[in-house]
Amino acid sequence: MRKLLLASCFGVAALFTAGYAVANDELAKMAADPNQWVMPAGNFANTRYSELKQINTDNVHKIAPAWTFSTGVLRGHEGAPLVIGDVMFLHAPFPNTVFALDLNNDGKILWKYEPKQDPNVIPVMCCDTVNRGLSYADGKIFLHQADTTLVALDAKTGAVVWSVKDGDPSKGETGTDAPFVFKDKVFIGVSGGEFGVRGWMSAYNIKDGKLAWRGYSEGPDSDTLVDPEKTTALGKPVGPDSSLKTWQGDQWKIGGGDTWGWYSYDPDLNLIYYGSGNPSTWNPSQRPGDNKWSMTIWARDVDTGKAKWVYQMTPHDEWDYDGVNEMILTDQKIDGKDRKLLTHFDRNGFGYTLDRATGELLVANKFDPKVNWATGINMDKASPDYGRPIRVAAMSTEKEDVNHKGICPAALGSKDEQPAAYSPQTELFYVPTNHVCMDYEPFKVSYTAGQPYVGSTLSMYPPAGDSNMGNFIAWDGKTGKIVWSDPEQFSVWSGALATAGGVVFYGTLEGYLKAVDAKTGKELYKFKTPSGIIGNVMTYEHGGRQYVAILSGVGGWAGIGLAAGLTKPTDGLGAVGGYAALSDYTALGGTLTVFALPSD
Amino acid sequence: MNFSKLMLGLGFALALAAPLVARADPPGDPAAATNDHGMWRDKNGDPTFKVSADGTVDWYTYSGFRRYHSECHVCHGPDGEGSSYAPALADSLKTIGYAEFFGIVAGGKQDLGAGQEKVMPAFADNKNVMCYLNDIYVYLRARSQDAIPRGRPAQHADKPPEFEQAETKCMGE
Repeated sequence: MRKLLLASCFGVAALFTAGYAVANDELAKMAADPNQWVMPAGNFANTRYSELKQINTDNVHKIAPAWTFSTGVLRGHEGAPLVIGDVMFLHAPFPNTVFALDLNNDGKILWKYEPKQDPNVIPVMCCDTVNRGLSYADGKIFLHQADTTLVALDAKTGAVVWSVKDGDPSKGETGTDAPFVFKDKVFIGVSGGEFGVRGWMSAYNIKDGKLAWRGYSEGPDSDTLVDPEKTTALGKPVGPDSSLKTWQGDQWKIGGGDTWGWYSYDPDLNLIYYGSGNPSTWNPSQRPGDNKWSMTIWARDVDTGKAKWVYQMTPHDEWDYDGVNEMILTDQKIDGKDRKLLTHFDRNGFGYTLDRATGELLVANKFDPKVNWATGINMDKASPDYGRPIRVAAMSTEKEDVNHKGICPAALGSKDEQPAAYSPQTELFYVPTNHVCMDYEPFKVSYTAGQPYVGSTLSMYPPAGDSNMGNFIAWDGKTGKIVWSDPEQFSVWSGALATAGGVVFYGTLEGYLKAVDAKTGKELYKFKTPSGIIGNVMTYEHGGRQYVAILSGVGGWAGIGLAAGLTKPTDGLGAVGGYAALSDYTALGGTLTVFALPSD
Repeated sequence: MNFSKLMLGLGFALALAAPLVARADPPGDPAAATNDHGMWRDKNGDPTFKVSADGTVDWYTYSGFRRYHSECHVCHGPDGEGSSYAPALADSLKTIGYAEFFGIVAGGKQDLGAGQEKVMPAFADNKNVMCYLNDIYVYLRARSQDAIPRGRPAQHADKPPEFEQAETKCMGE
């Protein structure tokens, strides 16, 4: 391990005195202070909403870059920095450099940490060496490295406080997700669905890095921490071995269901929420059954990991519609009743609203009208198929060696990991979406540990008659309806930010940071950053000025699928603009751009 | 030494892949000269493609299209066109010959530093790749020569019976 101590000056000593037992209270308090951005999603609820309003709909057109910072890495840059007091903490893709930047001194580097990792982890990271960010608690910065090492760094110095290896990259297990801190624990998942990795959620004590619990997505109840009597799915106990019963033989051992998304937390219910990804392989005929609990929304007890409820969105996935996208927690009224809600925009193209206390399904509608693999979700509580998608037989990919055509969305989903935002002012969700369809041709593959385990070809193109590959939409989660929709030439692969100034921010793959009116979607401002944006917008206030920051650095699945432009289907669907090559618009880079109003 | 004959002859003694030293010979004339149990070879004996006047591609080109888009495309992008992560093999195969291609796929490749570490894994023990290495090579060779357009080949020749036998043997079913 190598670290560089470039400076010792650090102005936030007061923040680093709290003991671990009160870490949650401390963190909750800090998250309530809009001047800081203390966790990856801004708050436990993952709303990505800020109370700051110095920048608002009237003046946002005047913002301009105030300062920039290069990470020195040219891979895809996902996630967003943290701001704790006077210090910004910024991460980079592999080699997973961490920088502490002094906001009192134009982003001067206070310390830099660069782990030494075996480069052989690089090729087992499906779809780029991304990293989605850092977490903070108890005077420590937590980093989940590509090689699955979870490291706690002293926030003042960058020194390693503790370090623990969570998985085995030689089997294709890698780390891409941001750690999250809830109560006295730090949570990380695992990536590797394309390598047959059986997913899990790990909880480590923030104090000493000791594993508190681990819950797998698949396997016996003792592994999944599912209680046959107490864990419910759509209100009913799941029964014994609910996962094992849905797999043939011991296929669950290489069954995927990885957990590389974002996690949220309800302190009153004491539950952590997250989603599990696609079952392995991509060839569905090789794994008969519902493949539980892949593609599932999980609610687990934060202290013990015991599953309170589960909801499988896409039983027996046939299209790689990972269920890992964020769970946004809101308190809203439905039919005059106060509800504790969980809203989730799935890769499969449906926006789900559930009661987060019970897992009751309230709303499930398409958030892209072109979604065609299912006509809807069965909402009839009396039906044996309650909660299951109503599939369109023609879009099934069950048959091997057949090219299944015209499936929407494509494998990258109607939305991928790029997180949505929610504004309590408008009660709307702001959702970055993909608008891409595909042909899918599955065939037989064999499993080798640490080797890709995919088993399907894929070609992608825009929906018939459309020339845009993305939309940025506003969604009403109570009714399941699109309120407005801004077309984008490319998939929108950037996390959104909503603010009390009535402005919503997001980035585009060409590299624009855009500001739109939260009420109407009207574009108020745009600026082209050095590279395509797959990072998430965040905001903070320092010295009386509000700043908006975004990482640019094209890459990820978007950079792989779209760099060369989509494949033109032989039957001439779509318009020319839909096949534009991203590489004609932007090139690799890794830069943080920080915007503010002019200081005059 | 003819690598493709060697591979077929040994029926995938994959352990041999590592010690083989790849020659850096550039690819020769891609014109199909002989048919070897359904697979076309150029005059040097290296696997190659054959596209009929009506656009029908040989089985190996088609099979390579499928295997490429399962095993390679998640890094190298659709249709061998490259990505933000890995080079365009439709370009690389203009200069990389069959033996060198075989060596890189089996043994991997590392190009570290300069802010964009490029690491390709060794696929020597991956049957999904090695059992179809000729197929993938033939497909990418056709793409490198613009002999086929992007996307799924519209028509292809039937699967040769010898292919089926070799596939079953190689995949160990």
